[in-house]
Amino acid sequence: MSTVLDSRSFLRWCWRQLTSMRTALILLLLLSIAAIPGSLFPQRTQNPLKVREYFVNDPATAKWLDRFSLFDVYGSPWFSAIYLLLFISLIGCVLPRSIEHLKAIGAKPPITPKNLDRMEFFTEIEKVDLDLAEKYLKKKGFRIRRDIDSISAEKGYARESGNLLFHLSLVLVLIAIGIGSLFGSKGDAILNIGERFINTPTSYDILGFGKYQSEDSLPPFSITAKAFKAEYDPATNAPLDYTLTINTANPVGSLERDEIIKVNKPLKYGSTKIYLQANGYSPTVIVKDKSGKVVLDGPVTFLPQDGNLSSIGAIKVPDMDPQIGFVSSFLPTADRDPVRGGFSSYPEVLDPRLLISIWQGDLGLNTGVPQSVYRIDTSKMQRIGLKALVLNETYDFGEGSITFTGWKSWVNLQIVNDPGKGYALVGAILAILGLLISLITRQRRVWIKQGRKTQVAGLAKNAIPGLENEIKDLVKELSNER
Amino acid sequence: MSDKVAALLSNDFIYAAMALYTLAFLTHAVEVAWSIKTPAASVKKTKLDFSRTERVGRLASAFMIIGFLLLLVAVVLRGISANRVPWGNMYEFSITGALAFSAAYLFGLKKYKIRFLGLPVAIAVLLTLGTAITLLYRPSTPLVPALKSPWLVIHVSTAIISGGVFLLANCIAGTYLILDRYEQKGVRPNWALKLPTLEVLDNLSYRLVALVFPLWSFSVIAGAIWAEAAWGRYWGWDPKETWAFITWVAYAAYLHARVTVGWRGRKAAWLCLFAGSTFLFNYIYVNVWGTGRHTYSGL
Repeated sequence: MSTVLDSRSFLRWCWRQLTSMRTALILLLLLSIAAIPGSLFPQRTQNPLKVREYFVNDPATAKWLDRFSLFDVYGSPWFSAIYLLLFISLIGCVLPRSIEHLKAIGAKPPITPKNLDRMEFFTEIEKVDLDLAEKYLKKKGFRIRRDIDSISAEKGYARESGNLLFHLSLVLVLIAIGIGSLFGSKGDAILNIGERFINTPTSYDILGFGKYQSEDSLPPFSITAKAFKAEYDPATNAPLDYTLTINTANPVGSLERDEIIKVNKPLKYGSTKIYLQANGYSPTVIVKDKSGKVVLDGPVTFLPQDGNLSSIGAIKVPDMDPQIGFVSSFLPTADRDPVRGGFSSYPEVLDPRLLISIWQGDLGLNTGVPQSVYRIDTSKMQRIGLKALVLNETYDFGEGSITFTGWKSWVNLQIVNDPGKGYALVGAILAILGLLISLITRQRRVWIKQGRKTQVAGLAKNAIPGLENEIKDLVKELSNER
Repeated sequence: MSDKVAALLSNDFIYAAMALYTLAFLTHAVEVAWSIKTPAASVKKTKLDFSRTERVGRLASAFMIIGFLLLLVAVVLRGISANRVPWGNMYEFSITGALAFSAAYLFGLKKYKIRFLGLPVAIAVLLTLGTAITLLYRPSTPLVPALKSPWLVIHVSTAIISGGVFLLANCIAGTYLILDRYEQKGVRPNWALKLPTLEVLDNLSYRLVALVFPLWSFSVIAGAIWAEAAWGRYWGWDPKETWAFITWVAYAAYLHARVTVGWRGRKAAWLCLFAGSTFLFNYIYVNVWGTGRHTYSGL
């Protein structure tokens, strides 16, 4: 035997193994188990901060977890291997079946078996006219093979059609997910109320592109945040409603129109959608140096820490010599507690405070290491003051002064382009449809044969109930006609 | 009726329903106990007389039905008190889930004669309602903005109904495994003699899963559509989404194992239990201790 034949038969053997139902079942079970670790360990795609925290708290374990991609489970080689093998197995199983099924559309049911008495619901009745039986079965929607002394009838082809439709639709969903990740983009931009956002890569705080998507593919719209309204339940402090009013134009510079964005109502430009994802406060401050020159004037974005929007932030003034940084907290409705100290007791701004601790030294902005805008690295600085500012209060800290002049709301716009999601939806709907069709269709065969008497029998696929009554009806009908 | 009155009335109905489920539990227990006592010393030749327990069993079913109706009123009143569908936090998920579970049982009782499950179902409903009203109870409040969507009605209701039926299938698979163990050792104990054969139980749990699997698929898809509108992506491997996916794949494996590979009996029952427990895990663990965006338990 030649080696070519050997390797070919080996490949064929592999293919048969992969497309066997047993393998598919094992892969399915593996997939359900492989998805579990992704919900137990923090994932980079969902919560990069938590992952970083893990690395800080337990670097040794984290390193090992990372070697097995346990922080990126759903993009990991082993997870991908499972679902890709599963889909190959699925295609290998479903495609040949689809071809068979297509061929069978015009085909007649198989020939009536010789010994009907071995089949289910076997009955013998006084001889009847086969033409009558044929007419009856046709009326009931059976496909019929009529031979001289027998009828073989089958119904329920749609069961296999639905089944195949379901599985092929899953392939469509997988392709749609692929399209989304290769040709999509996703980014976040934080916008203070009053500011304008132009959809170019530099306007984003974070922006990620799919492999085959480039920066110049962003639709050129602009968004100006006009107003943001947050309503809260006074009893529970829980948010009730967020409304963002914007002016928008597409392309930039064309006629602007008013729009409203809500949590469940994104703004849409083609396959790009703009979502309202988060909100918070940006206190506005004026910082002057010793000579009275303004070195900082404007809103600084703070990060909310709890449901009452106690926020932390960093006011950095690199233009002073030496540099000044304010490690700060903003309390929209200030309250005091002997244990916790200052805190916010309501998410709306009713009695705001800006708590600052003033640091002098090197902010470390020129080291090249990326820095959080919400934190200050105080390792090369020393603290020179501490103060709680009420609205419009000015504090002179020796090296200069800071005035707490007010606040602005900010919103986090998430801008997502997923060109695959329409296909995913179509795939999902077709899958459900296929599932329902295959669930409600009963596939069964009925045979009638002329012997000394007329013999009737049937066979229901997967032992689905109902055929017994059907055959009873048939027998009754035939007996009546006779 | 003011919102507050409706909320308080809803609580009263919860207690009333619990009273009825307790009665159902007791009568089902009596039914089982009498079946054990009936036979005489010589086990093999005993003729069991179920006419006595039949009436007690019917009484128990009547209690189950009244309990269900009271619970239904309680859930509806809760919705009225909050001016929305009654599934905005863990307390409300629990009472609606208990309602769906007992509805699934009553459906099975009518269609498949599953009265033998009355005892475990009554216990499960009682425990759920008891935990809900003591540990999980939260006053009736409006929804947070992300939940303000028509999809709340569609996504959560289908998930709760699917869950009810999945858990019922789990009870049947559990019964299967217990009886299977007895039969392997020899004969069934007397109390189990009038329970269906293993084959019937096996088919029953399969039918329930096959029936509700499309609904569960639909619920997951509805959730994806909603997530696309609220969170900017239709799938993000949020813990709740991950576990919904695991449940879906596990039941898909069960259906394939049963239909195509020809698993029957013990193996299929274990797989069914595994799939069902992923659903329970999702409901309890991810809601209470989990992270991610599906944190609406209010705990």
